[in-house]
Amino acid sequence: MKEEFKVISKLIDERSRVLDVGCGDGILMEYLSKNMVVDVRGLEISKEKVKKCLSNGLAVVEGNAEYDLKQFPDLSFDYVILSQTLQAFMSPENVIKDLLRVGKKVIVTIPNFGHWKIRVDLLFKGEMPITKNLPYEWYNTPNLHMCTIQDFYNFCNNKGINIFKTISLNGQKTSKITASNLKYKNLISELGIFLLEK
Amino acid sequence: MSNFDKLKSIIIKQPLKLDCGKEISNFPLAYETYGNLNEKKDNAILVFHALTGDQFASGQNPVTNKEGWWNYAVGPGKAFDTEKFFVICANVIGGCMGSYGPGTIDPTTNKTIGTNFPVITINDMVNAQYNLLDHFKIERLFAVAGGSMGGMQVLQFVSNFPNKAKVALPIACTASHSAQNIAFNELGRQAIMSDTNWKDGLYDGKTSNPDKGLAVARMAAHITYLSKKGLQEKFGRNLQERSDLKFGFDADFQIESYLRYQGSVFVDRFDANSYLYITRAMDYFDLTKQYGGNLSKAFKESKTKFFIISFTSDWLYPTSENKDIVIALNAIGADVGFVEIKTDKGHDSFLLDVPDFLSTIKNYLSTTYLNINERRI
Repeated sequence: MKEEFKVISKLIDERSRVLDVGCGDGILMEYLSKNMVVDVRGLEISKEKVKKCLSNGLAVVEGNAEYDLKQFPDLSFDYVILSQTLQAFMSPENVIKDLLRVGKKVIVTIPNFGHWKIRVDLLFKGEMPITKNLPYEWYNTPNLHMCTIQDFYNFCNNKGINIFKTISLNGQKTSKITASNLKYKNLISELGIFLLEK
Repeated sequence: MSNFDKLKSIIIKQPLKLDCGKEISNFPLAYETYGNLNEKKDNAILVFHALTGDQFASGQNPVTNKEGWWNYAVGPGKAFDTEKFFVICANVIGGCMGSYGPGTIDPTTNKTIGTNFPVITINDMVNAQYNLLDHFKIERLFAVAGGSMGGMQVLQFVSNFPNKAKVALPIACTASHSAQNIAFNELGRQAIMSDTNWKDGLYDGKTSNPDKGLAVARMAAHITYLSKKGLQEKFGRNLQERSDLKFGFDADFQIESYLRYQGSVFVDRFDANSYLYITRAMDYFDLTKQYGGNLSKAFKESKTKFFIISFTSDWLYPTSENKDIVIALNAIGADVGFVEIKTDKGHDSFLLDVPDFLSTIKNYLSTTYLNINERRI
């Protein structure tokens, strides 16, 4: 399992209700339901992946978070997870709003566009960067709204969203992000993992 | 209709109060089973049939000598794997394969009951079939499943008996029959009732049947089961055993010939009055209304795991209507899975060889059966 998922699962309390938005193949869902006593649901846009999840007996609904989060009542989950998908929405702002409405706590992970490799690529090559986490060309990328850890941090502050924890992930290494080391972590982190509350 | 004496059936002795207000008792419910009920009696699946189906979901129907209507899905190693599961399927009341219906002979007159049969609902059908649990001494079914009208019965069953099924699979259905659905059913009924042989429903069933009306009803309905793309690909404007148009009203086109054939074979196996009663039951189905306009309330008490399936090319029970059920379930935090299967085969997809559909069900059922046993839910 991806290091990212290990970090996410450590943020979740036992016996909680979890919604995994953009759950993909359901790897995190399966881990959570097998290893921790959680009640986990998924929402996924790809038919192929939904079929895979259902074949594994996971409670996954085919749908698009941009429209389909509406069907979930306020605070109906203890945790809502959004892993590396925020940048692909038409309106990330509205999706975050909905996540915070549906979940008591929200875990968002973002591929960090502020990572030094990306900055160097753009600076020296003058081309849109292609990395492990962002493997697309500019003309076929599903990622409409890339942001940096710093951007997302600022966004939360501006919108009055409480950040409980911010974790940096660089390869297999995890570390805490704080207000004082933010500039540095924004340079060296491949992923940022945020635990949020309204 | 042939002799039904050899078909399995239970006689439901206790009175069943119907939605129309009438009460019926001591009536037969014909059923068939596939596979074996295990010792723990935790592997039973009750399958509900659609409008023109019957209890013979798999194998060969001994009355029509045709393949069971869900042969692709039910059998050893199939989606509803009869090596693992015990599949029960009953003929709905109002039907014409041995269960109590308008074709049943009234012993007092020695004639068929015809339109003296009470108008029945999906709720009545489900309440009648519930007696099968007692018959087999099954405390809790592993699953209830069905497509189209079978799916409506699944929804009604779970709302009537919240904890009698661990898994519910409503497929290509709706919680509330739409105006378009009612319109198509009315077209079929009018075709039957306009046939002079119908005689207000009191035809004798032997010498004179409203076959022409029933055939037209079937032809019209059959179109709604297919998709435009599917029809175009299969038939296009191909001509039927001729090289040019004949400037007449014979079946010039293959699609005409196909529909005529579908109509003609249907009348051999189905009773016109049953068609009237069952389509009426579908039209009256409005689970949302039954629960005061809030579909979620229908499932409020349920601990059932739901798996809802729709098909991209189904315009009779479109994805949007299936999704309404998903939305109602999500609103109460129910355990629900949903997928829309991509296919050109229209509403009929659930009856056909659609590998994605069949394999997803097969895997879902076997994994869920294991999971439930491990966790002793």
